[in-house]
Formats: sequence, structure tokens, C-alpha cells
Amino acid sequence: MGSISLFLQHLANGISLGSLYALIAIGYTMVYGILRLINFAHGDIFMLGVYLTYFGVLYTSIPWWLVFAIAPAVTGLVGILLEAVAYKPLRESPRITILISAIGASFLLQNLGIVFFGGRPRAFPVPRILNHVVKVRGVSINVITFIIPVVTILLLIGLSYFITKTKTGLAMRALSRDYETASLMGIDINRIISITFFMGSFLAAMGGIMWGARYPQLMPLMGVMPGLKSFIAAVVGGIGNIAGAVVGGFLLGLGEIMLVALLPRLTGYRDAFAFVVLIIILLVKPSGLMGSGQTEKV
Amino acid sequence: MRDKQRTDLAALLALVCAVVALFLANKYLDDYKIRIINLSGIYVTLGLSMNLINGFTGLFSLGHAGFMAVGAYTVALLTMPISMKEMNFFFQPIVPWLANVEVGFLPALLAAGLISAFLGVLIGAPVLRLRDDYLAIATLGFAEIIRVVFTNTQSLTNGALGLKGIPNYTNIWWSWGVAFITVWFVTSLIRGSYGKAFMAIREDEVAAQAMGINLFKHKVMSFAFASFFAGVAGGLLASLLGTIDPNMFRITLTFNILLIVVLGGLSRITGTVISAVVVTVMMEALRFLDESINLGFIEIKGVPGMRMVVFSIILILVVIVRKAGLMTRLKGRESSYAEN
Repeated sequence: MGSISLFLQHLANGISLGSLYALIAIGYTMVYGILRLINFAHGDIFMLGVYLTYFGVLYTSIPWWLVFAIAPAVTGLVGILLEAVAYKPLRESPRITILISAIGASFLLQNLGIVFFGGRPRAFPVPRILNHVVKVRGVSINVITFIIPVVTILLLIGLSYFITKTKTGLAMRALSRDYETASLMGIDINRIISITFFMGSFLAAMGGIMWGARYPQLMPLMGVMPGLKSFIAAVVGGIGNIAGAVVGGFLLGLGEIMLVALLPRLTGYRDAFAFVVLIIILLVKPSGLMGSGQTEKV
Repeated sequence: MRDKQRTDLAALLALVCAVVALFLANKYLDDYKIRIINLSGIYVTLGLSMNLINGFTGLFSLGHAGFMAVGAYTVALLTMPISMKEMNFFFQPIVPWLANVEVGFLPALLAAGLISAFLGVLIGAPVLRLRDDYLAIATLGFAEIIRVVFTNTQSLTNGALGLKGIPNYTNIWWSWGVAFITVWFVTSLIRGSYGKAFMAIREDEVAAQAMGINLFKHKVMSFAFASFFAGVAGGLLASLLGTIDPNMFRITLTFNILLIVVLGGLSRITGTVISAVVVTVMMEALRFLDESINLGFIEIKGVPGMRMVVFSIILILVVIVRKAGLMTRLKGRESSYAEN
């Protein structure tokens, strides 16, 4: 195999990993845009989405493609529930308070995962149609590597239509621009926040299904690392900015794969890469690549 | 002044009672219970060190597991007998400058604290200008980086295999001695001018700066003190357990300390001490939730993970019930998260 085709293979892997980061990162950035809250439990919502799909495919008679649509919707409802239980009572509290609640919620979901799903890893039931290797000009690549970016782009088009063209989307943008003023304009804040959590969790679960198809090993703690990395992607792109989250996700996914591909000696440091990027970004340009450089209000 | 004398007297009295209680416990209790008492002492130190930075200085840091890892590995590598090192590092030999080192427990603990504090300064200097949630995630990131580095530096830390056969120096006197020193240190620090400066920074950074407080210096100082004690506590833990590996020092460990600090009350010293003991004992007492118990005639099935479910729920409940009162502040002004 020539080095060009090898490079192309890495590129494809990087893009597909980046797509997944992007999908999860959107949930972080949308919530942060409106509530100024790092939803620590988002990575665990992602995990929940994967498990719901797993049980839906294996233990119900619903066809797998329908489960792939229902499970994210259920995950979205869990997202709404999470907000209502752990964040809503604290909406007027100091930011640290709600951050602690978010950390608590994250641990709760992880450990509920251990209680109900068991700590033993499970194998994700990947439909045969999504899981076979094709050869494209000498490069052998699993078909899922191509499906992931395509589905991601479709979801992003849908999201951007929703945000820019619908009234709810307009309300979301207004809330993230100026929470106080927007709430005075007759926007039903509770409804918008619930919808935001639903959409973020839905997209995370969609990412989760594709993650399961790509890396088919399920564990209750599987959401921690992708969650943290996607959050970093959101910060890199400029938190609160949806396009930024997508760009950040792709950059991080590509960077991670390329690091391992080009410098195999650093393979063990793969998980540290994202954090190094995070710290550099926070020090050099805390508002992120596409952030609006807002200064802290006194 | 009389008030201060009275509290000092009360503190002395409490100390004497505690020492007598520890002495009795050491004499009459079995190994398992003594181990829990040791753990409580270590968690008192950890809780106070986290409270110093998260509570008193108002800097939300989640890096404790990383500093503990540094302390634990320092103590492990410095106190381990030379022959034991050879057995541990069968995969790849240890770096030569550490191969023939074996020092006493006290110098090793001090080294653990100092190296950890030095690292705290190195990390703190750049990241402490971040605020709230950004600081939290950056310190969490550093803790993760430390863990990943320790997993990969085979010839220094033995990588993912971890270290076994660390001499068990930690006993009740070490763990609680350090805990008492920490209580004394944090109390006098908070009473003095540095403590006032820390709390001024927590209340209002801009006002504190206008009053002539050097923000950078005080933040880094608070962070360094906190990492010093986290490092020492990590060292005590390593010596208590006898085996360590990088995966011990995940964010779960930080979560336990955060739980102690939040339950005891941010910027509360007595509260932290009590909650450290209560949480540690409860963690053990609730172990039955995770394991099956055989009562002879009936077997109750335990569910792994249930214990932490209980603790997560307690944490969320406490946060929701106390809401704004979580931070003991001088005045009620604080930007709510939906505002800025």
C-alpha cells in the first residue's frame, strides 16, 4: 500500500472520528450558549443513547433502523428530564453550584449505567449493511467510515435549518445572545431550554449509535472520554457557536488520528492530546477559533 | 480576643480527646477498622486542601487526583526497597538515578508535597487566570494529562502495571498527624492576612485588586498550598494501600473529595473534617450495596455501582437544597449562571 493511500485512510478515519466529536460537541455548545453551563453529564447521555439502542435492537422486535431513530428520541427525553431535575432548581444559583450539580448528575448516570447495564463490556449489534470492508483504489475501508460523515452532514443541515428558519430556532438564538432581554420578550424560557436539551441529547445519541457501529464495545464509562474531548472541541471552536463546535470537532478528530498515524511513538499519549490542545487554546485564545471574543462583564 | 482564646482552648481540648480516641482505637480495633480510620485522616487532609482552593479562594479546581498521583508515586519510588524496585520494573528497568534511592517516610512525604506544590505552581501560573468552569475543565485536563503521562513513562512509573510492595509506613499517627497539621495550617492561614486576601479574591476579584491584593501571587499561593497537601495525602495513601497504578487517580477520586467538601460546606473547616470522616465511613458502611451478603438462610444480592448512585444522589440533593447557601459568602451578590 502506497503512502498516499495510507494517508487517505487516516484522513477518512480522522474525518469520521471528527464527525462524532462534532455531533456531541453541538450539545455542549447549545446548552452553554443559553445557560452558560458545562453540562458535564452530556458524555453520559451519549453513553445512554448507545445502550438504549443496544437494548432496542437486541431485546425488542422493532427493526434496527427504526430503533436507530427511536433510541435518540428517548435519549432526548432523558436530556429534558436531566435538566428538569438537576439544573432547573438551580437556575438562579451561582455558577459553581450548578457545575457541582452537573458533576453529580454525570456520576449518577455513570453509576446507574453500571447498576442497570452491568460493568461487563457488551458488543454493539452492528447491522451487516453498515459493517463490511470495501476496497476503493487499493485502500480498504469499512463502509461505516463513509456513512458517519454523510449522516453527520445531513443532521447538521437539518439543525442549521431548524436554528435559522424556525421560530423556536430564533428564540434559541435570542436567548443565547441576551438571556435577560429575550426573556422579557415573551419567550417561554422553560420550553426553549427543554428543546435545547432534547436536541443536544438527540444528536449525542445519534453520534453514539455511529460510535457503537465504529467501535463496537459498550461500557458504562464509555461516555467520559468522548464527552470530555467533545467539550474540548466546543471550546476550541468557540463555545456557544454551533459552527465552531463542528469545526472544533473535525480539527480534534483529525488531529488525534494524525498524531497517532504520523508519530506512532506518541500513541500512548493519544488521550492527552485533546487536553494539551484545550490548555493551549484557553491560554492563547480563550474565546475559541470562531468565538466572539466577549469580555467578562464586571 | 477572649473569643479567640476560648476557641483555641476548645480546639486543644478536641485535639486531646481525638488523640486519646485514636490511641484507644489503635489498641483495640481490628485491622479493617484501623484502615478506615487511616483513610478518614487522609480524606480530612484532602478535603481541607481542596476547600482551601475551591472554598476559601473561590477557584474551582478539579485537579486533585493529579496532584495525589504525583505525591503517591513520589513516596512509592522513594521509600520502596531497592530489591523491590527490581521486581517491579521487570518490563523495563527503572531510570538509573532512582534505582538506588531509598529514604525514610518523612523525607519522602515532604518530597511528595514539595514536588506536587512545584507542579501546582507550574500549572497554576498559566491556568489560574481562567475562571469558574473554564478553570475546572483546565485543571481536570491537567490531572488527566498527568495520569496519561504516568501510564506511558514505563521506566519512571512502571506504566500501567503500577507499583507493588510499597512499604506500609502509614499508620494512625501519620495519617491523623498530617490531618491535624493541615487543620492547624489552614486555620492559621485563613485567620491571617493571606486568608483575608484569599477570601477577598473569592468575594470580588476586581475589588480585591483595587484594594492592592496581588491576584496572581495569592491565587498561585493558594493553589500551591492545596497541591502540597494533596501530594502529601497521595503519599500517605500510597503507603497505606501498598499498591498504586495510574488508573486509581481518575476523576472519580476527585469526585469523592468534592463530595466531602460540598457536604461539609465550602469554606468550612470543622464541617470538612466531620464530613470527611462521615463520608469515608459511609463509603465503607454502604459497601453492602455493591456486594452480596450471605446471612446464612438468605442471600441478598448486591448491585455493583449502587453505592456511588447513592452518593451521587446525595450530592445533587445537597446542592439543590442548599442552593445559593452552598458558598458561605459575606454578602449575597454573585452572578447567577444565567446572567453574565
